[in-house]
Amino acid sequence: MFSPAFYQAAPVIAVCASLGAVPLIAASRRHPNLREFWTFAAAALKFSMVLLLAGWVLAGNVVEVTLIQVLPQLGIRFKVDAFGIVFALVSSFLWIVAAAYTIGYMRSLSEHAQTRFFICFALALCAAIGVAFSGNLLTLYLFYEMLSLSTYPLVAHHQDKEGRGGARKYLTFLLGGSVGLVLPAMIVLFTLVGNLTFADNIHTGIIPPGTGDTLVFCLFFACLFGFAKNGVMPMHAWLPGAMVAPTPVSALLHAVAVVKVGVFCTTRVMLYVFGTDLMDALNLGVLTAYIVSFTIVTASIIAMTRDNLKARLAYSTISQLSYIILGVALLTPAAVQGGIIHIVNHAFAKITLFFCAGAVYVVTRKKNISEMGGLGRVMPFTFGAFALASLTMIGAPPVGGFITKWYLLKGALDAGQLAIILVLVASTMLNIVYFAPVTFQAFFGRAPDETTGPTEIREAPLIMVVPIVAAALLSLLTGIFPGVMMQFVRMVIP
Amino acid sequence: MMDHAPVLMIVLPVFASLALTLIGPLGHRAAYGLLILSIAGSLAAAMATLVQVVQAGRAVQYRMGDWMPPMGIELVIDHLSAGVLVMISGCALLTAIYSMHTARQDNPDRLNHYYALFALLVAGLMGMTATGDVFNLYVLLEISALSSYGLLARGKGKAYYATFRYLMMGTIGASFYLLGVGYLYIMTGSLNMADLSEILKQPELGESVNVRIGFTLIILGVWIKMALFPLHAWMPNAYSRAGTTTACLIAPLMTKVSVYVMLRIMFTVFSADYVFQQIAWSRLVIYVASAAAVLGMITALSQRDLRKMLTYIIVAEIGYLTGGAWLANTAGYTGAVYHILADGLMTLCLFMAVGAIIYRTGVSTSAAMEGIFQRMPVTAGVFLIAGASVVGIPPFCGFFSKWYLLQGAVQAGEWVFVASLVIAGLVAATLFFRLLEKAFFGRLDDAVLETGSKTSHTAARTIRWNEAPLTMLLPLVLTGAALLGLGIYTNEVVRYLIRWSVPAGM
Amino acid sequence: MDDLFYFIISKYNYWAAIILLFIGLYGMIVRNNLMKKIIGMVIFQTAILLFFVSIGVKRGATVPILKFSPDKQPLLDAAAYANPLPHVLILTAIVVGVAVLGVALALLQKIQRVHGTIEEDEILEDMRK
Repeated sequence: MFSPAFYQAAPVIAVCASLGAVPLIAASRRHPNLREFWTFAAAALKFSMVLLLAGWVLAGNVVEVTLIQVLPQLGIRFKVDAFGIVFALVSSFLWIVAAAYTIGYMRSLSEHAQTRFFICFALALCAAIGVAFSGNLLTLYLFYEMLSLSTYPLVAHHQDKEGRGGARKYLTFLLGGSVGLVLPAMIVLFTLVGNLTFADNIHTGIIPPGTGDTLVFCLFFACLFGFAKNGVMPMHAWLPGAMVAPTPVSALLHAVAVVKVGVFCTTRVMLYVFGTDLMDALNLGVLTAYIVSFTIVTASIIAMTRDNLKARLAYSTISQLSYIILGVALLTPAAVQGGIIHIVNHAFAKITLFFCAGAVYVVTRKKNISEMGGLGRVMPFTFGAFALASLTMIGAPPVGGFITKWYLLKGALDAGQLAIILVLVASTMLNIVYFAPVTFQAFFGRAPDETTGPTEIREAPLIMVVPIVAAALLSLLTGIFPGVMMQFVRMVIP
Repeated sequence: MMDHAPVLMIVLPVFASLALTLIGPLGHRAAYGLLILSIAGSLAAAMATLVQVVQAGRAVQYRMGDWMPPMGIELVIDHLSAGVLVMISGCALLTAIYSMHTARQDNPDRLNHYYALFALLVAGLMGMTATGDVFNLYVLLEISALSSYGLLARGKGKAYYATFRYLMMGTIGASFYLLGVGYLYIMTGSLNMADLSEILKQPELGESVNVRIGFTLIILGVWIKMALFPLHAWMPNAYSRAGTTTACLIAPLMTKVSVYVMLRIMFTVFSADYVFQQIAWSRLVIYVASAAAVLGMITALSQRDLRKMLTYIIVAEIGYLTGGAWLANTAGYTGAVYHILADGLMTLCLFMAVGAIIYRTGVSTSAAMEGIFQRMPVTAGVFLIAGASVVGIPPFCGFFSKWYLLQGAVQAGEWVFVASLVIAGLVAATLFFRLLEKAFFGRLDDAVLETGSKTSHTAARTIRWNEAPLTMLLPLVLTGAALLGLGIYTNEVVRYLIRWSVPAGM
Repeated sequence: MDDLFYFIISKYNYWAAIILLFIGLYGMIVRNNLMKKIIGMVIFQTAILLFFVSIGVKRGATVPILKFSPDKQPLLDAAAYANPLPHVLILTAIVVGVAVLGVALALLQKIQRVHGTIEEDEILEDMRK
């Protein structure tokens, strides 16, 4: 449709759209509607660029752009391929949805420092798309760090004692992992390989043959645990702590952008730096699968014990992220496809769940599940969406989560890993145990005795309900029409 | 004019310093203006020389008084010195602009004398970098040292004793250097660097004990001036008790120029071959440098006074530089040279930001950082950029120097140095993170009392916006931008400048 | 044994320099009184100057500005002149030393005025308050 030159510029535009919006947002701090307009405009521009690139990539093209040559052998390099497009589509679309929700949330609560919030939001999205389109490990690292730093003011937004503690844990784990583990690993890789560009397929990787096994193991686990945003235990402790952030932050960033960036980086490195052949030869795949299985199960168990809704959702996220890594680690085509498609399914479902939690807070100021009895009857849309999204977590049809479970199980069967199948079954059970009661209580439970009866509570404001329902419907659509996203996933691994 | 650029960059500040002692009656604005003019001229000459060197692809040589070397003294400006010269004059100019309020505050009565010493220090540093004669270097070393003693002594009451200690240590260092030069002179009969390197190539001199002693004494003297751990004890007190402007001028520059001198002696006078084959203590030096990096950062972590914390960060950075230089490979050397430029800028930025904060709040401990984001957002933002650069976060220049240093260390198999770089980076992250927290959150107790409940989100904290004055803010922002610019243009700097200066045989 | 003896005796200038060097270092580091430290510093620098000058000694050589020897013979050979370079270097170094001494003494005066003493331990006590 457009010339190839346009597609060369498109990734840069997509990444920098929100960067350009930052000064505009800052300048319009006294005109909230104008400020919000800039956020939407940037989001729309981003999404349209990504959409166009998606069409181009679907036709079988890969876009590679070197932006700046910062070192003699390395530059800031973008590569748009199917894998990156999957993630970019999800985050850029959900940004639009989240922007609407955020505006509603912030205005309903009359939050302070909204300009700073939206500036950091824009920077965070720039970094997320930057990660999606990274063409080499240096660029990935750059945008990963940018994301950590730009989300700190968001996590610490409330500027109270809890915020400080949560934000402290946040940066400690993220920076500790990246500066302490990923940076040396990156340098060693550079010394070994001579450049850091990702391979163009998932099988060969870029590690030269003849590299010592111990070294490969060290590098691999440095990357696995160093990209602490992926929530693999024991580097997960920042996630529950980061829930002190306002709910839109939790929703978009910690359900979609930040954690997905972590998982994306991990899987990108696993597939395009190490490659399936090497992982297979050294049995790294199976080893990783077992390590993350531990996270899956443990996080689910902890989730069961939490009464605070956001905390429960946080541990659920930790568990679900490891599904993605599990899928990729199993190395069979079905499993890898399942893992990658879960990036999409989980994003839509989790954002819905967090949006619901936020809506409940805005309307009722309640945070704990035990207090939410009977609310479903008064907030039917909110809890209806919640119910639908929970199905994804559980993995039941007709939502997208079912597709994921199907592929993961098939993949585990292909790999002959019966233990993993057991893990998947067990975690499904656990998911039911801690998600179903919430919906059940909301619709059929008894309201706790309060001075303000539930009749005074209405449904959440429209500007919040619309995104909630939209996100929930998307979860449904990805379940009914999985082919739309699966065509990209099939380009990654046939 | 262009032909004389090499000497102009040294001579302009000297003449300015002379003039500055005389123009007292004309008031402080005249002194300020004269200082800025002279250093700007010096910077222009340095940049002109840099362009000349890059275009010609070889060193620019200037004969003082048109006497032929090796009898006459010559100035030799090659790719290494050209970059450092621009950095020195650039940093000095930024500090001079910055000094308008703080220098007047510290020296209400004799501002012109203070500026005279300032100009003399700049002249000394430029001369040290540009000269091609080892004894001339000693003279200029002492000129800079003397001016720095004078400048540092203009701090608060406790500055006198700290400066005295610095004077003792500095004299020992310079005297060792002189003694080393004496040994070399005995063995070779020459004082010109190029000539010395020719003569020292002879095999019997390569084995000679005297030459080895000469080398050792020179390096030891330079290490004392450089504040390499464990010879660093004089630095924290001397720099932290100085006035704000003095700290901004001296802290980034003096130790870096001493590192430059070390590189010159190691690789131009002697050769890479000699240093790494004959001397063969490089592993020991790298261990010392690793210790410097880690211990420097850890000590910085424990400091409450902001400026003392920054001087310990300098100790750690000197560790990085020394380790990089002694790694014996191209990547390490590139990292060391790039880090001279990067660290000069980072240190300047940090000291300027801290100076602005101390100027506005009057407090010099880390308590001054509380709530600084609301009060002085620009200063706090630039401070954070400099902090991110120290930690090594891309795309700032600190990341790229870490990159090269780590690469060099991995290639050389020096895992101790790798570990120390990583640990120092993490400790620096903790350090700056703590300050970031203080800056962002301010005093939490006040907030709770003000609003009455922790969940009120409409906490309208009315902290006045009290940013630093423009003459302080402008250089600060420029330096912060330079950190980003140097990072993005790393490739150009390495390709056009540093790569040409890598010594043979690496 | 004889060789060792001659070795020590013939290089007496170096020995003198080394001994002075160590006396100076001792004064600078061990002594408590700041004035003694300064004296140590001066001795230290003098030792180095002595070392430098002593290497320029040449038997039977004369000042390099004379055209004729004492018995009216023209001097054309460079070997008849003493090497002026070490002397020049030392003159410079002496000037530098004097300047440093001046600054040190000025600082000492200021320290006296501020702390009331020039004993190091008492100054440290005073600073701790």
